[in-house]
Amino acid sequence: MKTWLKVLAAILLLYTIIAGFLFEVPRLNIVNETIRALYFHVPMWFGMVVLFLISTIHSVQYLRNPSFERDTYAVEFANTGLLLGLLGIFTGMIWANYTWGSPWHGDPKQNGAAISLLVYLAYFVLRGSVENEDQRARLSAVYNIFAFAAMIPLIFVIPRMTSSMHPGSGGNPGFNMYDLDSKMRLVFYPAVAGWILLGVWIATLRIRVRLINEKILNQENE
Amino acid sequence: MFAPILLNAQPIEMADTMRSEGKIYVVVAILLVIFVGLIGYLVFLDRKITRIEKKLPEKKS
Repeated sequence: MKTWLKVLAAILLLYTIIAGFLFEVPRLNIVNETIRALYFHVPMWFGMVVLFLISTIHSVQYLRNPSFERDTYAVEFANTGLLLGLLGIFTGMIWANYTWGSPWHGDPKQNGAAISLLVYLAYFVLRGSVENEDQRARLSAVYNIFAFAAMIPLIFVIPRMTSSMHPGSGGNPGFNMYDLDSKMRLVFYPAVAGWILLGVWIATLRIRVRLINEKILNQENE
Repeated sequence: MFAPILLNAQPIEMADTMRSEGKIYVVVAILLVIFVGLIGYLVFLDRKITRIEKKLPEKKS
């Protein structure tokens, strides 16, 4: 990953933290100052989806052209995506506790997100259960594609169709309605970009470690 | 979430008092310390991995 992208990630996130708390936000009932959680909780999910998408693309590429590298990319992007997803769920529970009244409201998006994470956790269980390297890579590549395909309706479609507490779902106005003067967008968009870049950075570190270990293993066998 | 509809609704409470006392800067400072620390750790890991990658002998093909 190019160094300037890593520097950019750091700068964007520094900006997010500083501006996120010092800039003005709309004065809204119920959420009050916690609206600022938008700059942290929501980008976790954007980041997760992007990382899972990259992982799925590598899984598709693996099936067409099997290689250890592609399998490594697929699994480590899924790993880091899962990390962001878990952070998203926990931060959401904290936020929900103080605005909706309880950490788990049974909100469709909460449930959909939790199910998606379970589906991805099963991906890692699957990987752990197969001994043969090639078989493992192939099975998990196929499962990964299904997991991503399942996540889309769970997180994006179903919540919008049923009654939900999340903004933008179930008849609730999206956040656009509250951010009328785009004050929040000024921080939100850079935040999303920054957190995604950070997620990619972490994934690439994990990938590099795996590839190094594989190289060492291969050289020991020569 | 409900937007304030009534013009004569009570003013919405935000952290104005705390802000005027400058306490928000405490929050920002703490978060920055944590963040810089984490980024610093990532940079350290990144450099360590780069060093190991350079150490690996070239693949004989």
